[in-house]
Formats: sequence, structure tokens, C-alpha cells
Amino acid sequence: MYNKSLKELSASLRNKDVSSAELSQYFLDRIKHFDGELNSVITSNEEAALLAAQQADKLIASGDSGLLTGIPLLHKDIFCTQGLRTSCGSKMLDNFIAPYTATAVSKLEQAGAVMLGKTNMDEFAMGSSNETSFYGGVKNPWNLDTVPGGSSGGSAAAVAARLAPIASGTDTGGSIRQPAAFCGVTGIKPTYGRVSRYGMIAFASSLDQGGAMAKSAEDAAVMLQAMSGFDEKDSTSVDRPVDDLLANLGDSIKGLTVGLPKEFFTDDLDDDIREKIEEAVDTIKLAGANIKEISLPNINLSVPAYYVVAPAECSANLSRFDGVRFGHRCESPKDLEDLYKRSRGEGFGDEVKRRVMIGAYVLSAGYYDAYYKKAQQVRRLIQQDFVEAFKEVDVIASATAPSVAFTSGEKKGDPVSMYLSDIFTIGVNLAGLPGMSVPCGFVDNKPVGMQLIGNYFEEARLLNVAHQYQQLTDWHLAVPAGYEQEV
Amino acid sequence: MSIQSEDVLKIAHLARLGIQQEQVESYASDLSNIMTLVEQMNQVDTSDIEPMAHPLDQSQRLRTDVVSESNQRDALQENAPDIEDGLFLVPRVID
Repeated sequence: MYNKSLKELSASLRNKDVSSAELSQYFLDRIKHFDGELNSVITSNEEAALLAAQQADKLIASGDSGLLTGIPLLHKDIFCTQGLRTSCGSKMLDNFIAPYTATAVSKLEQAGAVMLGKTNMDEFAMGSSNETSFYGGVKNPWNLDTVPGGSSGGSAAAVAARLAPIASGTDTGGSIRQPAAFCGVTGIKPTYGRVSRYGMIAFASSLDQGGAMAKSAEDAAVMLQAMSGFDEKDSTSVDRPVDDLLANLGDSIKGLTVGLPKEFFTDDLDDDIREKIEEAVDTIKLAGANIKEISLPNINLSVPAYYVVAPAECSANLSRFDGVRFGHRCESPKDLEDLYKRSRGEGFGDEVKRRVMIGAYVLSAGYYDAYYKKAQQVRRLIQQDFVEAFKEVDVIASATAPSVAFTSGEKKGDPVSMYLSDIFTIGVNLAGLPGMSVPCGFVDNKPVGMQLIGNYFEEARLLNVAHQYQQLTDWHLAVPAGYEQEV
Repeated sequence: MSIQSEDVLKIAHLARLGIQQEQVESYASDLSNIMTLVEQMNQVDTSDIEPMAHPLDQSQRLRTDVVSESNQRDALQENAPDIEDGLFLVPRVID
């Protein structure tokens, strides 16, 4: 049951082989059985989920159902869910019950999906290992000594362990793609503006984008289709029709040109990973695609530019956490300044503090031009490189991360080395392009992900390439040892 | 760029962020390392480049100026740490 695709599950529901209530209970039982050691789900929605499942069963019985009706899922705890705690992985919001629901969540709810709970994440989505969560780190089901990646590590680990068929994620610098790679699942971050940010707790507003994490490109397409679309409640939402993401999955990729940026195949990349990516590229070539080396000359500046833009926007966004209107408040403040400082000092963890300080520093008087303006100029150069590249190629391929999942604690004390684990993903956010990660093999029994980058609004083409690749490979069907058992 | 302990204290104050005295030095060292990474940007000349604030160079969308929200004060204040008669309470600001 746990390895069935959404289409198969949906067919089972429609044929009454299983009810949504049974399916939801099945995955809730898997969460109870396996998640004690993984720590991927931090809030359960069991009671409400079973009620929603019963509603879905009525819709299915009436014949008024879609592909997602009655399908259980998990949401990253960055998405506001009315009536259910939304912590964003932070002590600051440990007691926060959102008064409204994020648009992406509502859309999936309207499509009939059943929310089983909320997944663990790096605090305020700031991290690449899930170790910055107030609720403790998540373990990688492929190897419990390693991290699941971050910041959507809870969602990635949960899908990998088959605790839910699909889960939502968000991606500001690689937070869907890198954990998808580390956990051997398929994850897609669409073009900036495609999925509404309304109710998605803001980290860096010009980079944040919600997306889908799933077992396969096909399932990711089903989920992303339901999440996408214009939302007037998000001022940066793009008002343009959503393509049919499923219609062209089966198309041949013959004649398509795939670009390999030479800057992504340097010494930064582990040799064993390079080998897996080359094998994956050979498979795509076998499917009829042309391969072409390309250059993104300024891409090596993406991590430096990102660590100005993202902290600057984060310091502005996180100023709302002041201990006055919601969130953590310190005990017996002696004056207003003490209230602000201690509430924020106690509520935020170390990594969030570092980024808030970097942001405050680069935006402070006298430094703006040297850092923020410069970073925005570099951002333009990076974008232009991609624009030039997409004149020659249809899709860009690379490794998603320079290594496989690293050991817990290994990079925790060294922020810069942690930041560099996102070198291949960050440029995509700066440019606002869609990107995804697809499982393409194992190194030391740890999953490797291939990143595919598409041109603006070409999610359908990306998913097409990924789906065609998954027709020829079965890496995405592998389940970590121990989690194949039924409970 | 080297960030000193006194810079950390100044930045933390600007951000209204309480930090532990014993962590100031380690923050100074972390922030210095991060700024060294950031300064790799200076490898490239950007003097004629238009800054990019938004990935799609979108301009702010406008809506008609009509009431779109209902009053949800009570619901919104359910998360407030301290309220009275619909007001948020803070320590005395003016004596």
C-alpha cells in the first residue's frame, strides 16, 4: 500500500478497495510506529484528519471526486493551518494557533486531500540539515546517523519512510531540493510566484516558494497542480493560467536539449556523485535528449549574494516577532526594550539570530550599497546567465547537492560550511526559476539526487523529463531498510 | 570583513535581539566568516548593472480601495500574550 502512486491510491479509493478513513488510519499508524526515531512529524492532526477522511469518502461515494480526494498528506509546519499549531520549528511560535489557513493548504484541502499532521523543519526554514529545529533534529531514514537535509527535512524524511504519500515543502535556497536529494524523494520548487505565499510564514520574501515532495515526478505533478495558481492575497503571486502538469508527462523527450553547466562539475562535487549524475545524464541521452555543455559564469557568486539578500529580507520579516501581538513573550519585562530583546533572544535559536544580525548589519546605515545593492546586482548577473543558457538548452541538469547526507552534528558548528551544501540550488532561487530533484542512485547506501532546472513557468517540461527518467529507472521506488514492513 | 564583539553588540541592539554575553565572541567569529564569504561578490564589477529586487521584475499589483476584511480582533488576539479590553498590553512606556 505505502508504495502505491497517487493514481493507484485514487483508483483504490474509487473502486472502494479501501476507504479514505482506512487509508488515513494506515498512514497515521505508520507515523506512530516509525516516527518515534525519525521525529519528522511534530504535530498530529489525527482527529480532524479522520473526520476529513469521512467527508472525502462521502464525496467519493457520490462520484464527485478528483485525484487527490481522500489522499492523506503532511504539511511543512511553515504553512499556517487554522486551529492547528503552526510553529515554524521555533520556540517563538511554540504556542501559536494560526487564525487562518495558507492558500496552498486550502487548495489541497479543496482538492480533497486529508492533512495528517505538520512536519518538522529547520527553525523559520533557516538551515540545511534540520538541526536548527526547536523540536530537535529529524533523522534520515536511509541512515539514522545522518541528517535528512533542510529545511523541509521533516517532509522529505516522512515521504522517504512512506509515512505519507506526499508532503508540502518550501524552498528559499534549496529547502525542497536538497532534502529531497538526501532522502531519495522527488521534490519540485516551481517558478517564483506560482504557488501562493499567503499563510506561508515568510523568511526571504523574494526567494520563498512552496512546492511538492513526493515519491515520483507524477505524484509531484498531481500535488503541484493542486497547489498552484494566482492568489490575490499574495501580492507577488503571478496572474497567469496554470499549465496542465499531467498532460505531457508521457511525451517523448527526443530532441530535447539538456545543458550541463561546467561550473557545477568542478572539484566541489564529490567524485562518486559526479559518477551517478553522469549515469543519469546517459539515461536521459538514451531517451533521445541531446546533451550540451554550458556555462553559468557568475553562478559561483550565488551563495555570497544569497547570504546578503536572504538575511536582509529575514531581518525585516522577523521583526514582527516582538512579544506583543503573538509568539513568545519573556517573563516580567522591565520596559519595552527589555520586552523586545528578551522575547526575541529567548524565542529565536542561534542560526536565526545569526541571520537576523547579518541582515541588520548589511542594511545598516553606510553599508547598504556595499552589500544589499551589490547583491541585487550580482543577482541580476546570475539571472542573465540563466537567460542566456536557456536560449541554447531546454533544461539544465546537475547534482542537487555536492555530497550525500552528512552526519548529524558534522557541520552544525560551522555555518559557512553548512551554507555551501546549497551551492547548486541557491542560484535557482535568486533567478526565480523552477527546479527539482530526482533520485538517481546511491553512494554508500545514501541517496543521490539529480537537479533539473527549467525556464520560467516550464514546470510541465521539467516534470516531463523527470517522469521519462523515472520510466527508465527505479531509484525513486526504493524504500529504506526497515520501513518496507507493514505495521 | 572582520566583525568585532562591539559590532555584534551594536547589531544585536539594532535588531532588538537579546544575546548571551558569553556568546558574543562566537557570534563575532561566525559573522566575520559569513561576511568573508559575502565579500566574494567583489570579484565582479557590477557598476552598470541594474539591481534586481524581484525575480520576475514585477511591479506591485494594485487593488481597488474597498473594505475586504471583516473585524476579527477577538480571533486575532487569541494568540496575544497579554491583552485587556481588546488592547495589547506592554510595559509602561510613558511615565
